[in-house]
Amino acid sequence: MSSHAISSARTTGEPGERVLRYTLVERVNHWFAAFTYSYCLITGLAFWSPYMYWLAYLVGGPPTARFWHPWIGLAFTVSVFLMYVMWDRDMEITEADRQWAEKVKYYIENDDQNLPPEGRFNYGQKIFFWLMFYGIILLLISGFGLWFVEGIPWSLRWVRYLAVTVHVVAALATIGGFIIHVYMGTAMVRGGFTSIIRGEVSTDWARTHHRLWYEQVVKGRRPER
Amino acid sequence: MSQQALNIVKISGHAGPIPGAGVERSEQVCKLIDTTTCIGCKACEVACLEWNGYTFTDTTFDNSYQTMPATRWNYWNLIKFNEHEREDGTLQLLMRKDQCMHCADPGCLKACPADGAIVQYSNGIVDFQQANCIGCGYCVSGCPFDIPKFNSETKKMFKCTLCSDRVGQGLEPACIKSCPTGCLHFGTKDDMSFLAESRAKQLRDHFGFEKAGVYDPPGVSGTGVIYVLHDVTKPEIYGGLPKDPHIPWVVQFWKGPAKWIGNLAMVFGILGVTLHYFRYGPKEVHPEKPTNGGKP
Repeated sequence: MSSHAISSARTTGEPGERVLRYTLVERVNHWFAAFTYSYCLITGLAFWSPYMYWLAYLVGGPPTARFWHPWIGLAFTVSVFLMYVMWDRDMEITEADRQWAEKVKYYIENDDQNLPPEGRFNYGQKIFFWLMFYGIILLLISGFGLWFVEGIPWSLRWVRYLAVTVHVVAALATIGGFIIHVYMGTAMVRGGFTSIIRGEVSTDWARTHHRLWYEQVVKGRRPER
Repeated sequence: MSQQALNIVKISGHAGPIPGAGVERSEQVCKLIDTTTCIGCKACEVACLEWNGYTFTDTTFDNSYQTMPATRWNYWNLIKFNEHEREDGTLQLLMRKDQCMHCADPGCLKACPADGAIVQYSNGIVDFQQANCIGCGYCVSGCPFDIPKFNSETKKMFKCTLCSDRVGQGLEPACIKSCPTGCLHFGTKDDMSFLAESRAKQLRDHFGFEKAGVYDPPGVSGTGVIYVLHDVTKPEIYGGLPKDPHIPWVVQFWKGPAKWIGNLAMVFGILGVTLHYFRYGPKEVHPEKPTNGGKP
């Protein structure tokens, strides 16, 4: 069964059936973002600490890393903006999210049966998305200040100091989100990693983790806000 | 290469100890610039270009004798001309030779992320090693004097070397050698400080410059270039010489506590998710049908 067939047709929710969670474009864009972010992470960490400077040699040497870091960062920005276009509505924080957030303790402790149902993305995923979205805006703006060495006149040097600070703080914030995202996507939430590669999840997976989305897709029933 | 020498005391972006630091000790070298006897002839500018192998580049005319507004990547030595109006209404033409100050606590070196791109020799000279430079421009953030300049073609930073190559061979810097009035002196920091203080005292006692003094800013732990100024209380009038230069606090925080806070946060983040897995493990999918499931 092709992905396209699943996405266009309503499923019945029978056991063993697969549901399309991410379209091909969403998947490709996610991995484009993953690659570009990882490049900026590796090279950025190299510039961040002398103890991680060796990382720059993995990607062609420090001057090469310095040359590509801003360009690849721009590519990552494009990718995140594309995600924004595709997922803006899905990422809206809803009343269901607020109820879920109050019981996030159960999510952390894997007592998922005590959680209120969530839509296509849960509150944590949305927070991660907006962290990366606003993070990349800050990284982009501050990055321009660091990119062009001669771009800031001496009389406006406070802009340079501000850019350094913002770039560091925003980068560290995204790294925090990135660590949790990678952990949850690979080790913690089984099925998540394959879903972002092949696009499909089982109906059981959909019902367990994203009940409202499951009901919407499988039964064609719009969830109440 | 630069890191293997025994005469290096500080290395930028360097993890771990400095190889050979402290093995070779030498006197701190110092350039003394007596602005009160400078005549603005620019012989030092030409000598700097000649010794360092640069050709003369385009100049900017700005109703002043000054060659260009600021130093460039291939123009390390610039006399800054300033017409200063004194309180009694008379004019004073101030001339200050601007170049790298060779700070004892160099902000450029502190800000630099590239291993070995900036070194400080045991004689106090702060030198850029272009082979290791990655062209990020962080040194510009660290410098309180607007000295490191970027070559956009080679993507490398450049600045005055205090003629480290000459000094290493027992020669004085090219600018010193060319100075016709003797306003430039070169020697040990102790000798130059003594000479500068003597000259400042002379200016105060015999020439009516009551505020004459020596510019050797403590904010950067002193510099390898010191000035005698007619009025040491207003260094700004000498083409923007900062009154109390120090490494910007942003750079000090960024290269100090922020490193530890950031690194610890990253380590604890990774430890945190690992511990979570040990304690709670993966999320299970519940295969049972929901109670409100089935077809509508």
